[in-house]
Amino acid sequence: MQIECVINDQKTVLEANAGELLADTLRARGLLSVRKGCDTACCGLCTVWIDGKPTLSCAVPVFRAQGKHITTIEGVSEEAAAFARLLAAEGAEQCGFCSPGFIMTVLAMKRELKNPTEADIVHYLTGNLCRCTGYMGQMRAVKKYLGVAS
Amino acid sequence: MYTIAGLAQPDTLEEAYRILLHRRTNAILGGCAYLRLGRRKIGTAIDLSKLSLNYIIETEARVEIGAMATLREIETHPALRSLYDGMLTKAVGNIIGVQFRNVATVGGSVFSRYGFSDLITALLALDSEVELYKQGWLALTDFLARPFERDILVRISIKKDGRRAAYHSLRNSASDYPLLNVAVSRHDDAWRIAVGARPNVAVLAPQAAAQLAAGAGSPEGIAAVARAAASELTFGSNMRASASYRQAMCQVLVKRAVLEVLSCR
Amino acid sequence: MNKVIGQAIPKLDALPIATGKPVYTEDLTPPNALTVKILRSPHAFARIVAIDTTKAKALSGVACVLTYQDVPNIRFTLAGQSYPEPSPYDRLILDPIVRYVGDAVAIIAATDETTALKAMELIEVHYEVYEPVLDFEQAMNHSSVVHPEPDLFCNYDIGMNKERNIVCTHKIEVGDVEAELKNCDVMVENTYYTQAQSHAMMETYRAVSYLDHAGRLVVISSTQIPFHVRRQLARALNLPASRIRVIKPRIGGGFGGKQTGAVEAFAAIVTLNTGKPAKIVYDRQETFSTTTSRHAMRLTVRLGADREGYIRAIDIAGLSDTGAYGEHAPTTFAVVGDKTLPLYNKTRAVRFHGHVVYTNKMPAGALRGYGATQGTFALESAVNQLAAKLNMDPTEIRLKNLIREGETCLTYRGKKLGSSALDRCIARGKELIGWNEKYPRQEINGKIKAVGMAVTMQGSGIAGIDTASVEIRLQDDGCYTLLTGSTDMGTGSDTILAQMAAEALATTVENVIVNAADTDVSPYDPGSYASSTTYVTGMATVQAAADLKQKMICLAAELLATTPGKIDFDGKRFRDEASAKEMTLAKLAELSVLGTGKLQLVGNATYGSPISPPPFVAGFAEVEVDPETGKVDLLRYVAAVDCGTVINPNLARVQAEGGIVQGIGLALFEDVRYDAKGVMQTNSFMQYKIPCRKDVGEIQVVFEESYEPTGPYGAKSLGEVVINTPAPAIAHAIYNAVGVWITRLPATPEKVFFGMRQGGISKMRTEDYDAGR
Repeated sequence: MQIECVINDQKTVLEANAGELLADTLRARGLLSVRKGCDTACCGLCTVWIDGKPTLSCAVPVFRAQGKHITTIEGVSEEAAAFARLLAAEGAEQCGFCSPGFIMTVLAMKRELKNPTEADIVHYLTGNLCRCTGYMGQMRAVKKYLGVAS
Repeated sequence: MYTIAGLAQPDTLEEAYRILLHRRTNAILGGCAYLRLGRRKIGTAIDLSKLSLNYIIETEARVEIGAMATLREIETHPALRSLYDGMLTKAVGNIIGVQFRNVATVGGSVFSRYGFSDLITALLALDSEVELYKQGWLALTDFLARPFERDILVRISIKKDGRRAAYHSLRNSASDYPLLNVAVSRHDDAWRIAVGARPNVAVLAPQAAAQLAAGAGSPEGIAAVARAAASELTFGSNMRASASYRQAMCQVLVKRAVLEVLSCR
Repeated sequence: MNKVIGQAIPKLDALPIATGKPVYTEDLTPPNALTVKILRSPHAFARIVAIDTTKAKALSGVACVLTYQDVPNIRFTLAGQSYPEPSPYDRLILDPIVRYVGDAVAIIAATDETTALKAMELIEVHYEVYEPVLDFEQAMNHSSVVHPEPDLFCNYDIGMNKERNIVCTHKIEVGDVEAELKNCDVMVENTYYTQAQSHAMMETYRAVSYLDHAGRLVVISSTQIPFHVRRQLARALNLPASRIRVIKPRIGGGFGGKQTGAVEAFAAIVTLNTGKPAKIVYDRQETFSTTTSRHAMRLTVRLGADREGYIRAIDIAGLSDTGAYGEHAPTTFAVVGDKTLPLYNKTRAVRFHGHVVYTNKMPAGALRGYGATQGTFALESAVNQLAAKLNMDPTEIRLKNLIREGETCLTYRGKKLGSSALDRCIARGKELIGWNEKYPRQEINGKIKAVGMAVTMQGSGIAGIDTASVEIRLQDDGCYTLLTGSTDMGTGSDTILAQMAAEALATTVENVIVNAADTDVSPYDPGSYASSTTYVTGMATVQAAADLKQKMICLAAELLATTPGKIDFDGKRFRDEASAKEMTLAKLAELSVLGTGKLQLVGNATYGSPISPPPFVAGFAEVEVDPETGKVDLLRYVAAVDCGTVINPNLARVQAEGGIVQGIGLALFEDVRYDAKGVMQTNSFMQYKIPCRKDVGEIQVVFEESYEPTGPYGAKSLGEVVINTPAPAIAHAIYNAVGVWITRLPATPEKVFFGMRQGGISKMRTEDYDAGR
């Protein structure tokens, strides 16, 4: 089937099977930042935006992308790099494998939440698991990024 | 691994229902959050995206939630933050993460009758009704008690009757499924106590609720109500907890939820 | 000193990996690679009576289907250890006997995943099913023998008795433990169970293989051990090692899991059979249920002390569950004693002894902490119980008993501890957690807050075995290339090594290119495990840099017609002050590769340490326990860490924080569980919960530096030691809160609740400090 959507600001027609998941389609199109870390919709690695909302691309059948705007980290590279530099300044990217999904959630949070508290931030980011950092360094970077006092 | 042979995106519920009944392997898709977990071989997958079921509407008398509304939409809906003392916001807030809740739908959660569901327990305490395409309007209690029937969940309706409510759950890790959850509501002197993740799907504890209706406001009375709820319901064991622990925690959570509702005045 | 050591420099690879650039194994898959899938045993213990692959092979798009009849009949181990490995050679790539649910039965390769999975369903297997050994405490007397095969092979005597399912037997004893225990005024005895834990790294196991221009087998793998993988493949595939090249790209986390080969042989054998590129990517379920986990153990500790609180005798009796295969079985077990018994050196006798047994469950393997984690939970819990029994402050009993810098202990046999700031760590941690105000507990609004603590040590590399080689080249433009076989798995070790080289060569990390972990290119390194990279490979780096610097000075002296002793090198120019002759580094670099009779300058070093200096941590937990539910919320965790000199404060801090959170997972949530038939129930992130952001409270890491005289710039290791204290410190805090000793991890609300029901609080209130036993 054919799905018309906008991927990273480019109009695209996707050719896909009925059962195909968005994460696989995006990866097959060379958007290799999209990763699957689990098979059970609980790790957050595959987070992309659908119409600006952070979404598990491993749990969305690709036909649901019809008419939607899909954004991966490749589509917001400058903004992502700005936050990634803060993350790196804390040493908090560590293995980096979960970082693209995490960063997409952070950038979405910045758009969605106004003046979040630390608890709001933790709540928003809970769906992004990380096994390397223990989360503290990520929080230090997020607070700097959002200008939240420590 | 699941497979989908074909896709239908019907323009009407009637057409969706007709396709659903056409073959046993045909299935309605919800948010698809758990689709990958199964090994289902779906003939025609029926996607309801074109039916405009993605809504939360507040009227004078009711809150209506369409089947395709997401859990995140419940969580962030301004009216639901205050209605029912914010119980629905709280109930869905601990489910995995934001990006999961942006996918999972109300219809998928309720129709699937997941035992671990936070939402069902909360809706049950709120005396919600569900509209099914074929079976029509049913009290959620009745829907959950009925044997599984092929149908389409269209929307959920909750009365705005000024009831006060509280939701409590107990989890091992904060992003885990609950090992027990309890929702309590009060409308005048009528109480509802719902207990879910037992680990089976939520049910009401009518005897305990009746004791409250009869006026059991003292600490001893509330403790007795909590004991009544724990003894009138059945509990099972799974990896998250044993039946006996669940039973003991039912007392604690019911007590806390009742006290919270009482303090809502 | 230059300004590179001790600087919080971002990782060399930070931006590309954080922003999703294609630098991991799967991203490097050649076009048209076959997809490899594994058919797995549904039985915990069975023999394949018949296997029919005809229909699967006939399916269009299937490239090959391999069974045990198609693989070399040579046993090997997947444990990534220096040769000769202590782990038994008890595996075949495919074996007619399957020993756990998930053991490999057939290898399928097809043009795509869907076809491979279809082919898998077409394979018909008939099994003769045996009674499995599932309870490790029953393994020694079980009627089933997990490894009946006669060709199982050990490189040396590890005390195997496979007819009794005993993989190995271990005993270390100094002094007469039984006699000393009898002389003690106070004794504590308890049995502790530490559970199997999953690594749960975010990048699952994966490898890609192909034949290169010379027909050699190339394997790109997300591995911590490229040189060991090459040797394993050579043996398992019956191929000369010279025909194999292993490349490690960026890795999405390892934690010891990738110190055991998991997938490389499956891809490689497909490539050898078909001549085509092949890719294997484990899904999360396979990663959880068909690789390795931490060894579950039962540890019985007997601790004897005198009335003043001096610990005089320590006895630990252990039993460890290695599952179906013996990867890392003898060594993880030995480490239980090696990294606990030296902590308290006022002892007159110490002993650690016991067995590791085979069972029909997923194999155990290496996981951060490697036995020390298990041993620390048991010993530190016992020391906390002893303190309670003696009515002593738990921090005081440590300060009274612990080994200090310059001292020795029974198991060190005269060797002295070169560095330790553990006493300072305890003092600092106490202060930061507010011990004096908070110990043991406070009750506020029906909730109980309490604190607990534990100390630990690990090693830095494996003494006398780990040997790293490093090569540093002066390039033609005056920058340096550092070649290493160590494997940065996200830890930042490439950056650490660059910092050390930059320090030694008086330059900046921008001038040091790190080329890591390609067996065709890199000098030999065992890989990154056993807390070895900073200490062992780091020392090789420092020495290689010194070697290169000396060579550069000699060449500069020659070119400037002076003597090396007169040359001063400031990182940019070589100068003979007396004659005012000088030459830039760039010029020297240019001349070193130009013309005839010249020699490109390369610094080399191979380093192995005769000792493994321990880093230390004092960990302090503050918890809130709900007395009605038993739910434990971790409010704060303070870790005061002695890793010697801190090379990069930010990377060190994050590594410590991450290790602590894995330790918190072990303490409170994580538990690999099986059903009655041996099927793993915790094979997803839905059922196996690693800590999320809301579970960990506030973690504070501080460094109390010591100076390790044998380490690079005084550094010791850090990676493993940080996982050890949370479990005993949190268990201690729970005891201080509600009087329940958690002896079986994890400390779920249910265990705490029923512990309280059995009298935890009430007993403690009557000052019976053995409550909850």
